[in-house]
Amino acid sequence: MNNLFEIAIEYGPTLLGGLKVSLTLTLLSLVIGLPIGLVFSFGVVARNKVFRYISVFFVEVGRGAPALVLLQLMYYGLPNASITLSAMASACLALTWTTAAYSAELIRGGMQGVPAGEIEGSNALGMSRRDSLRFIIIPQGLRIALPSLMGFAVLLFQATSLAYSVAVPELMSQAYSIGSSTFQYLPIFIVAGLLYAAISVPATWLSVWAERILSKHL
Amino acid sequence: MDMLKVVMMGLPMTIVVTVLALMIGSVIALPIVAGLRSKNKLIWLLSRGLVDILRGVPPVVWLFILYYGITIGAVKLSALQAGIIGLGVVAAAYLAEIFRGAISSIPKGQWEASSALGFRQATVWTRIVGPQTARSVIPAYTTFAIGLLKDSSIASTIGVSEIVFMSNQYARQSGEGIMVFFVAAAVYIVLSVPLGLLSRRLDIKMRKAVAR
Repeated sequence: MNNLFEIAIEYGPTLLGGLKVSLTLTLLSLVIGLPIGLVFSFGVVARNKVFRYISVFFVEVGRGAPALVLLQLMYYGLPNASITLSAMASACLALTWTTAAYSAELIRGGMQGVPAGEIEGSNALGMSRRDSLRFIIIPQGLRIALPSLMGFAVLLFQATSLAYSVAVPELMSQAYSIGSSTFQYLPIFIVAGLLYAAISVPATWLSVWAERILSKHL
Repeated sequence: MDMLKVVMMGLPMTIVVTVLALMIGSVIALPIVAGLRSKNKLIWLLSRGLVDILRGVPPVVWLFILYYGITIGAVKLSALQAGIIGLGVVAAAYLAEIFRGAISSIPKGQWEASSALGFRQATVWTRIVGPQTARSVIPAYTTFAIGLLKDSSIASTIGVSEIVFMSNQYARQSGEGIMVFFVAAAVYIVLSVPLGLLSRRLDIKMRKAVAR
């Protein structure tokens, strides 16, 4: 236990630096991935075949393949096509793909949850398809999808730990390198684990709370 | 075709890790569910904390703790053991939540009716609540199983020679990284599609059995 404290104090700053990278990676993937997910949520049911096939491809591969495969594809694979990205960029690209794919399905689910009467109402008011999407369906659909998107964000934050395998200097990677130089694997991984939990456990509670609050108004 | 052969060499390990972790998880989930439903505050708090910690720490950290961190005397877990146990215990936490949700979705009237009819607890669980829970749990359970199939790839980080591990080695040796990882992705997709279909069919069949 003493050991754990010493380790936490000595390597805390390095681990916190790693945590910052993990959080940055999470945020970047969400900021880029969510809008793409919104577009894909329309793409997978679009009438335009090219748009639909492209969306279905990205959504199915993004959800069907493990995030680890996408990560390694970007980092070890792309150089074969003469595209060499930094570790951070390839991790970001892979996790953005995952985010876009999962959020597309979550958002589509949310929009299907918008009561039919709302859509009929907007038709009855003579709104154009575009206006009813913009003012009626998308805002309400996003609200319904919000708790599950928050739940996904927690999983995404945890998935950034996989980026250690392509040498992104995030929390897991820092913990591993400290571990392999000090041989204090157990305490350092416990401290790292607690740091992950310190973010994801409250975030999970937040998503449960959001679900309760938002479902009140439906 | 050499590439596909190498990727497929990892398939047995992927299946072993997934199936065993799912089995371990399903069994350990049961006492945790009991704890989550317990009226004893202390037991409830402990189970709640256990589930939150297990789910709050990324699986790769659990695997590293088990594989690099734990030596009991001179005994050290093998990569495969650490992978299966780690993923199994994390699965237990997720499955406990899934089971708990399914049990709490059983209408209250079912409980009231069974106690009105004077059924024993054992009978209530085996004949009334159990079967209905099993039915409503199927979609979430298979979704989780498919997720676990993909999560089993994490075992490659501690050196279990499953699909991703084999693909990675092939990519490094041959330099055909794009193709081999797409092949690996395709194998995962091909594995999960039938599972998803099976679950949907089971769900529809069981829904018909209890037309409301």
